[in-house]
Amino acid sequence: MGWIRNTFHKMGSPRWFFAGSRRWMIGLYLVGAALVLVGSTWGLGFVPPERYQGDSFRILFVHVPAVSLAQTIYVAIAVAGLVFLVWRMKMADMLIAAAAPVGLAVTAAALATGIVWGMPTWGKGWVWDARTVSTLLLLLLFFGLVALRQAIARPEPAARAVALLAVVGVVNIPVIKYSVEWFSTLHQPASITLGEQPAIAVVFLWPLGLNALGYYCFVAGAVIAALRVCILEREADARWVRDWLDRGVRGPLPKVREG
Amino acid sequence: MSILLTQFRRDLLVAMRNRSDAASPLVFFALAVLLLGLGTGADALGESAPGTVWILALFANVLAMESVFRRDGEDGTLEQMLIHARPLFVAVLGKLAAHWVLSSLPVVLLSPLAAYLLHGSLVGIEVLALSLLLGTPTLTLIGAIGAALTVGTGQGGLLLSILVMPFYVPVLIFGASASTAAAGGETAFALLWLAALLAASATAAPFAVGKALAIGQDY
Repeated sequence: MGWIRNTFHKMGSPRWFFAGSRRWMIGLYLVGAALVLVGSTWGLGFVPPERYQGDSFRILFVHVPAVSLAQTIYVAIAVAGLVFLVWRMKMADMLIAAAAPVGLAVTAAALATGIVWGMPTWGKGWVWDARTVSTLLLLLLFFGLVALRQAIARPEPAARAVALLAVVGVVNIPVIKYSVEWFSTLHQPASITLGEQPAIAVVFLWPLGLNALGYYCFVAGAVIAALRVCILEREADARWVRDWLDRGVRGPLPKVREG
Repeated sequence: MSILLTQFRRDLLVAMRNRSDAASPLVFFALAVLLLGLGTGADALGESAPGTVWILALFANVLAMESVFRRDGEDGTLEQMLIHARPLFVAVLGKLAAHWVLSSLPVVLLSPLAAYLLHGSLVGIEVLALSLLLGTPTLTLIGAIGAALTVGTGQGGLLLSILVMPFYVPVLIFGASASTAAAGGETAFALLWLAALLAASATAAPFAVGKALAIGQDY
């Protein structure tokens, strides 16, 4: 189990992460783009129309991954917040700083595609049910994380305040969900739940799965890219950043001496 | 216990020395009722009067939240509380209790009158007051976390509202649905939920507030 602890310690070092993450970023971007290309072409062009919804269901190939991603990003941020509050790991805070704007964008995309889908299918673009409301509030939570950080001048207390807000916020998500479910819910229940037979035809499942995987990879790449910028900004005074910049940004990073 | 009472009494006393400050949430509430009655017409409101009163009470609460730590933060009292008060969360609880008594209790007491002025049904009007009595302390407890995080930023109101509104939503839903359902029967479920949220936030929020206040000292 030594390598887990080792990796955990290394992940705490911005320099180590910066040196190692470039390949990951490029790889995730490429794999993500390829998967989305295949999944979307398949889903938009080759899958038969759905029996009741006709062609309008095809936006779900974007909508479902976006919603899933939005929630995953928030949970990841909350975990990072807890890690930061407990261990004061700089990288955890930088992850929050990098992921919050990405989460904001993904949530906005989820809402926008949902509205476009709802107009022909439900007859109205917006309804007040559990999922729509909790996604809208997720958007506000992301916005709050970004806004609070900008409101505080010094980065160190800003990091702790944002981490606390993220941790408090994650408690809220289930409460919101159950409180709104109280009203009659128009949104169809989740069609794919882990461990159960999916209530969705297999023809639709394949392109959806490819797209979801593709979006996850692509967004992970985007978060890593934002994280790298964040590292350069925060560590601008560090020796290794200046050395690296002096030798031309494209060059390889100086080897991190082990031990 | 004595810390709680000391803090509670001290905050009430300070508020009594600045009466106009203490009265402003109530005045805001009354003004908002007036504007709604004029703007939408009370006849159009009718059935939705309980929900409307809930929304106004929520806004009165969030506006008052901004000032819960501000004066103490400016004159250094807050720092003294963070240094001396042990356990801290008890002092926080006393402070928030005083703030609730000053800012939200008058709104709760006046809510039946407000619903009446907005031509709401008189049936179940006591459920509206009861739901506000159970719900507004939760709002104060949760809102205090946001207030503690923003007290040192120098930019209050709008940022605070953005931070805490998502947390207010469940309380609003249960409160409004309890008082809307009151005319037709089943209200116990939502009221019990409000009580559960109050119990949960009363035990957890003071710790988060204390933590947030400590962070805020470094801004």
